[in-house]
Amino acid sequence: MTEIFHQHQQENSFLGFWLYLMTDLIMFAALFASYIVLKNNNFNSPGGEELFNLSLVLFSTIVLLTSSFTCGLAGLYVEKRNVRATSFWLLLTLILGSFFLFLGYKELNNLVLEGYSWQTNAFLSAFFSLIILHGLHIAAGILWITVSFFQLRSFGLSDFVASKLRRLFLFWHFLDVVWIFIFTIVYLYAHI
Amino acid sequence: MKFWFGKLTWASLPHEWFTIGGALSMVLAGLGIFVYLTYTKKWKWLWQEWLTSTDPKKIGIMYFVVAALMLVRGGLDAGMIWLQQSLASGSGGYLTADHFQQIFTAHGTIMIFFVTTGFLFGLMNYILPLQIGARDVAFPLLNTLSFWLYAAGALFINLFFFFGGEFAATGWLAMPPLSELEFSPGVGVDYWIWSLQISGLGSLLSGVNLLVTILKMRAPGMTLMKMPMFVWTCLGSLLLVVSTFPILTMTLLMLSLDRAFGMHFFTSNLGGNPMLYVNLIWSWGHPEVYILMLPAFGIYSEIVATFSRRRLFGYGSLVADALLISGLSMLVWLHHFFTMGAGANVNAFFGIMTGLIAIPTGVQIFNWLATLYKGDPRFTSAMHWFFGFVFTFTLGGMAGVMLGIPGLDFQLHNSLFLVAHFHTMVIGGALFGIFAAITYWFPKVTGFLLNEKWGKRAFWLWIAGFLVSFTPLYILGLMGVTRRLDHYDASRGWQGLFMVAGLGFIIICVAVCAQIWQIIVSIKERKQNQDQSGDPWDGRTLEWSTSSPPPVYNFAVIPEIKNRDAFWDMKVSGQVDKLVSGQANKQYEDIVMPKNTAVGIYISAFLFLVGFAFVWHIVWLGAVGFVGAVTCVIFRSFDHHTEFTIKSEDVAKMESRGLKEIWQLKQ
Ligand code: HEM
Ligand SMILES: [Cu+2]
Repeated sequence: MTEIFHQHQQENSFLGFWLYLMTDLIMFAALFASYIVLKNNNFNSPGGEELFNLSLVLFSTIVLLTSSFTCGLAGLYVEKRNVRATSFWLLLTLILGSFFLFLGYKELNNLVLEGYSWQTNAFLSAFFSLIILHGLHIAAGILWITVSFFQLRSFGLSDFVASKLRRLFLFWHFLDVVWIFIFTIVYLYAHI
Repeated sequence: MKFWFGKLTWASLPHEWFTIGGALSMVLAGLGIFVYLTYTKKWKWLWQEWLTSTDPKKIGIMYFVVAALMLVRGGLDAGMIWLQQSLASGSGGYLTADHFQQIFTAHGTIMIFFVTTGFLFGLMNYILPLQIGARDVAFPLLNTLSFWLYAAGALFINLFFFFGGEFAATGWLAMPPLSELEFSPGVGVDYWIWSLQISGLGSLLSGVNLLVTILKMRAPGMTLMKMPMFVWTCLGSLLLVVSTFPILTMTLLMLSLDRAFGMHFFTSNLGGNPMLYVNLIWSWGHPEVYILMLPAFGIYSEIVATFSRRRLFGYGSLVADALLISGLSMLVWLHHFFTMGAGANVNAFFGIMTGLIAIPTGVQIFNWLATLYKGDPRFTSAMHWFFGFVFTFTLGGMAGVMLGIPGLDFQLHNSLFLVAHFHTMVIGGALFGIFAAITYWFPKVTGFLLNEKWGKRAFWLWIAGFLVSFTPLYILGLMGVTRRLDHYDASRGWQGLFMVAGLGFIIICVAVCAQIWQIIVSIKERKQNQDQSGDPWDGRTLEWSTSSPPPVYNFAVIPEIKNRDAFWDMKVSGQVDKLVSGQANKQYEDIVMPKNTAVGIYISAFLFLVGFAFVWHIVWLGAVGFVGAVTCVIFRSFDHHTEFTIKSEDVAKMESRGLKEIWQLKQ
């Protein structure tokens, strides 16, 4: 009885989590829309085409995409119930994610050092918010991965842990997708 | 000091008559409850049976308690608004302009977010699982969390009585730039933002939870097209919740970033765009009115079918209506600001979409009428609410269609005509629906019926009070009175009509007293009004197949669904008798149920602190709240003993008691 109950619960959790991600996506969409409305309101300060450092952004994009790849590999090993390999690829994902965060921090910090902040104008308010919000999501993902290590150690790859990990992977790929939007709408758009 | 208390000072404590009054009455009420619970030694009972319960039926009842309290709170505001407007002809009235503005802001916010929303989520919690033949919602912990976030938000909106002494003076949607720091430097708007942010998160989580419940937890055999109508309209409403509440969350977040961190999303300087806020908030705001309305449509459908003893006429088209309304309601938001100058073509588009949404709404009404016509209607008090609704809703709908014509709206926008329109919809539509639901499902929850005589009296008082209250507002609106006036020139000659409206308010107060009396009388006479069959109305849907009140697990044996109106079908095909008589030697299975948990309470309490920290700029407190909430989540994620098993023998024992009674009744 309990097993059937748990199995149903895990299926529900997956759908529920997916729905949550959709709501998160709508939240980002509202912010994207605001960014597009506000992006030319730079109020005599330089706009995106001058401020953005495309090569740095391209680098961090590659880092994040790679982390999605390692995350996918971890997912493969979850299905094979291989704790060691799962942990290894998760660790790599965590490192890449942290590195991505660091790069993002550098980028924003450079802007602040040049004298631009979210208080400068509406365009930069929207820009900083978007990047920081995505960064906070990545940070949450990193925390989640960290917690997963402990869960792997305590319970191994039980169904319970595996179902949690599947949701984690979904989350991580989702953040990747959001970043692709940011890359296109914020960075590429500023340069065309 | 600044580090520990942020912007809080001694001057923030209550020192005006209304803050002292508010704070004092809340402290006294709290003290009274505290003394009572301690004296009767009921703390443990309260904690174990109610506060930490994961049973959606209990959570539903707790929603109702909070929402009813908030109804009184919002009703007091309404009385103060009316008194001011009746008195302030040629004088300042008895309130300052600023205080008056705070009152109508609080009134609107409370009535929408904490009264109507609270009642509806309570109802969904109680009824949805029963109607789909499920034992629980999909995520029990999330469910308690949602409730506690809602309760925390309700408390938060009253916190300004204790700290700060001012609420937002901006109107219930806090339009910028007025709501920006430059023009509202106090903490009022921050209280508004964070009470909505906290309770809105609860609504969002509930939306996800109940959607998954409907999609995944239906009894075997219940295909989508066999679901009761209430489930369908809730599905439409919940789809709107998950697709538009994120917009609200984001918009409020942006406003609070402006206020707390000096950003410029909506400011009037440095490139901010206040119209962006108006668009965003209404693209949540219009769907929100249908989030409230759709479940009420479902309630009426259930009631009409039951009391006509007939299948709903045009079930398929009612389903289509519910979905069409959900879809269309996301495409009409601009009708709230036709006057803002988006241009003729844009206004024309949104005007047409607004007109279109009236069509599915009207089709539903014809479906109900046809059901009545073909059936054998009984005019119980629940049906009274239905007829009252048809009348007021048609009225308000026509007013809405008028407002939806851009040319006319330039005349009527932000006048009392608009105020009359939406009160007709929210009171005559959603609130009447809730009252109908209370009458209809009360015996399911308690095991005895509500007194019909007092129910009908309350209804007639309500509808009379409502019409006396709001008809004058339609007229005043056409005379050119704008909304939210704290005083007006005596030579205008408006005072008489305002006073008539006030009379209506008093009648409504009497109506509420009649409702309270109805409950008291019914409790006194509960022996006579007892319903042991679990099915007092000759119902059609599954909730009537359980005992009243239903056992924790709702259904000892999950029913197999063959037809729409599943319970009716079982009765007609004689299955029920077999079920009842054969139950004694029926094999039960073990039932797995979620354990109680206090995690929802803890997380809500921590997020409450985060909100408080944001209002008063107390960094350490915000950090404590945030870390606390995250820690709770992490700890919980290690716990995989979150449910317990009821052994089949125990199920059999519990069932034999209830079922024997039913069996005797049927003999
Ligand atoms: C036939 C369907 C409806 C139509 C055509 C309609 C149309 C409108 C229009 C055009 C406005 C804006 C008027 C203005 O600001 O000048 C409006 C405002 C409003 N409506 Fe409706 N409406 C309909 C149904 C409803 C329902 C079902 C509800 C609630 C349950 C509702 C609640 C409101 C509220 C709360 C406002 C105003 C809020 C504010 O400005 O503060 N409406 N409606
Ligand atoms: Cu609207």
